[in-house]
Amino acid sequence: MVEIEDYQSDAENQWCPGCPNFGILRAIKSALVALARKPEEICMVSGIGQAAKLPHYLRCNFFNGLHGRALPIAVAINVVNPKLTTIVVTGDGDCYGEGGNHFLHTIRRNPNITLIVHNNQIYGLTKGQASPTTDLRAKTRLQFEGVELEPLRPLATALLHGCPFVARGYAGDIKGLSDLFVEAMRFKGFSYVDVIQPCITWGTHTVSWYKERIYKLPPDYDLHDKEEALKKACEWGDRIPIGVFYRDDRPKMGFGDQFRDKIFDGRLTDLGFRKQQTIIEMLDIFR
Amino acid sequence: MIDINVVVSGAAGQGIQTIGYIIAKTASEAGYNAFSWQDYESRIRGGSNSYRIRVSEDPANSPLVKADIFIALDEKSKAKYRPLLKEDGILVDEQETGERIITVPFVDIAQSELGDKLFVNTVAAGALTAVMGIAWESLKEVILEEFSGKGDVIVSKNLTAAAEGYKFARNSCEGICPWVLPRREQKHYLISGNEALALGAAAGRCRFIAAYPMTPSTGIITFLSKYKERLKIFTEQAEDEIAAVNMAIGASYAGVRAMTASSGGGFALMVEGISLAGMTETPVVIVLAQRPAPATGLPTRTEQGDLLFAINAGHGEFPKLVFAPSDPKDAFHKIVRAFNLAEKYQIPAIILTDQHLADSYFTLDDFELDKVINRSYLANPDEIANYKRYQLNESGISPMLYPGQSHHLVCCDSDEHDEYGHITEDLELRKRMVKKRLRKTELLRKEIVPPEEKDISDATDVFLSWGSSRNAVFEAVDRLRENGARVGAIHFTELLPLPEYEFPRDVNYYTVESNATGQLGRLLRSEYGISVKRAIARYDGLPLDHMYIMEGFVNG
Ligand SMILES: Cc1ncc(C[n+]2csc(CCOP(=O)(O)OP(=O)(O)O)c2C)c(N)n1
Ligand code: SF4
Ligand SMILES: [Mg+2]
Repeated sequence: MVEIEDYQSDAENQWCPGCPNFGILRAIKSALVALARKPEEICMVSGIGQAAKLPHYLRCNFFNGLHGRALPIAVAINVVNPKLTTIVVTGDGDCYGEGGNHFLHTIRRNPNITLIVHNNQIYGLTKGQASPTTDLRAKTRLQFEGVELEPLRPLATALLHGCPFVARGYAGDIKGLSDLFVEAMRFKGFSYVDVIQPCITWGTHTVSWYKERIYKLPPDYDLHDKEEALKKACEWGDRIPIGVFYRDDRPKMGFGDQFRDKIFDGRLTDLGFRKQQTIIEMLDIFR
Repeated sequence: MIDINVVVSGAAGQGIQTIGYIIAKTASEAGYNAFSWQDYESRIRGGSNSYRIRVSEDPANSPLVKADIFIALDEKSKAKYRPLLKEDGILVDEQETGERIITVPFVDIAQSELGDKLFVNTVAAGALTAVMGIAWESLKEVILEEFSGKGDVIVSKNLTAAAEGYKFARNSCEGICPWVLPRREQKHYLISGNEALALGAAAGRCRFIAAYPMTPSTGIITFLSKYKERLKIFTEQAEDEIAAVNMAIGASYAGVRAMTASSGGGFALMVEGISLAGMTETPVVIVLAQRPAPATGLPTRTEQGDLLFAINAGHGEFPKLVFAPSDPKDAFHKIVRAFNLAEKYQIPAIILTDQHLADSYFTLDDFELDKVINRSYLANPDEIANYKRYQLNESGISPMLYPGQSHHLVCCDSDEHDEYGHITEDLELRKRMVKKRLRKTELLRKEIVPPEEKDISDATDVFLSWGSSRNAVFEAVDRLRENGARVGAIHFTELLPLPEYEFPRDVNYYTVESNATGQLGRLLRSEYGISVKRAIARYDGLPLDHMYIMEGFVNG
């Protein structure tokens, strides 16, 4: 049995009071309780940003690395120790901007990890510059005349490159978000959840702006229909869908599967030093 | 004393690597020392390249320039490299006839005997073996071994091709070719720097390598990937070098020894990651195989231009290791040491090689595997009650565990952190953490091996060198001493931290380096107050050889 208190961290929280990040934190914790994952079985990985501070506020193993570089750290942890529940928590700047290349290629790798992106459509920690998902013409503290760049559609990008689990949640709906996380963490393969997280300090939209637009994908929505998912992933503006956009339940090659099938199935940490004889035989190739 | 230099030249794609490698292997099989290096253009077809093979009785392992035997596979290469042929050297040629020329109609032989021009290279390898005076049996062994994976038909066709080339040249050699290399009962390793590093990584318990292809470093991951089943090592081609270094750091945090490799441009992209390893105190080994820069530079040539860059790589102040091995055996042991020390001190370790060491084949007698130290420096979770990843203690080396190893939580942060790994803005704690990390340097320094000295006791002039140039520098010292000069050399292979070392006084110092600005000289001046009289510098992309060094010493 695991209880929510087991994840209680002593670290002082640095988020702005009232920030929806707190909701995401609660949703992650309750998902982990539902899945009965003990703190030592969890490894959180993050980059840099307000969102990326989350691992400090949830008692577990964590590696809080460089801005943009959480995914390569996480895929390596996952391949070395597939038994850990590896979760990446990152921001829209961290994941889609600085780490955009890793986002693309991690999708292609399909590691068995969960990616949670706190998408507040802004760079929070650096005080309000545009992120790759800031809306066109939105005025920020750096883009004074409004953003001129077309926003990225990360869910569509993920779908196009074969991500087998694509979802969007809303930080204001903790119960719904927690259910999404449970489903994502149970999924075998790369599960990706973009979370709408209004920034109440630098955001370009108010909380009510989001609330008015967000709607849940209807119960009859077919989450195995990729074309439909793509359409939904491009829907942004007057209406903003949330829920599981796409889930591919067919078996799919995952990062490290080939290695585990053919070479070694387990934690790489369980492999000791190589025998001297192995090195001697390898050197003999050159004799 | 036998010391023959063979130059094989041709356009990229013509197969000079095959010829060069086969005859180097054959000489090695016959019990001789072979050393081969390549000078090639960054292209897949065309241009003109050369493969140089030095075959000697005593170990040489450094380049010679002038050719005793020369062969060109096309006219352009013939024009470019023929000036290297000594006056009394021998030209092996398809058409040309004359004194000191062995004419072998390679194409005709390949066509008529095997019905395929493809075998021209093997015919040529046969002819060259004959000219060198090596017995047919040695070549036969090598052909059987090298082509064995390609099926019986290919093996037998190559054997025929080699035999025909050998016979033809043997007959024309009568009274012209001076060399006879009777078979010696000596077994050698013929191995390149990249291959030795890959095997050293295996011996050092590396279980994970991620890298992005970049000449001349690619050979390391390629080798490990080829043998991943036997070695049980995970290999991954990363999307870029930033991903590569972060993956290696992630794997290391997760509990295995991990590495990456690149050349200057890719290494530049890894620099933030090196700093991350410094801050999170995560061991990682990074091979930097240098090539001429700035920017893309000369992708396939050699240089030692990144010494100060490697030493200073990573923003902020933290301990780090930089080794620059001198040959494949040294590379093998240095990378084992790098893995051990990186883990013991929880730091990034950089192995500096260059195209010359990475790609050249050296002859080595023994790898002294008994010198490999197998031990883990991780903490024992059972002995810890309240685990603090960054515990403040006297040595500065905090107990290292990995996630999932026990109930202890392992928390690492690239921000300044407290003992548990949580972000901190406590500025007093910041100071203590800085000092903790830096304290490790002083302990580490005690483990560093002093430079290798050669003939310095009576020397008036001393060469200062580092890395892959060792053999050329030492050979230059020997030759100059034969001419009566009182020269010596001090050669560095462990460059950060630098060891405590007493330099000889009242001698003239000359740096000998493959770079334009004498980087080692600048480093030693700032660390030891040594002043250098002159730099013998090479930065045309070719490796240092003893003639170049002697010329630089004598004529300035
Ligand atoms: C290499 C590097 N570049 C820039 C920064 C500065 N920086 C820190 S966080 C951040 C943006 C964070 O935005 P996001 O990921 O959306 O996180 P948020 O704060 O909005 O949660 C930037 C640019 C950095 N730390 N490292
Ligand atoms: S800056 Fe915005 S996103 Fe960051 S903690 Fe404050 S309100 Fe939340
Ligand atoms: Mg953001």
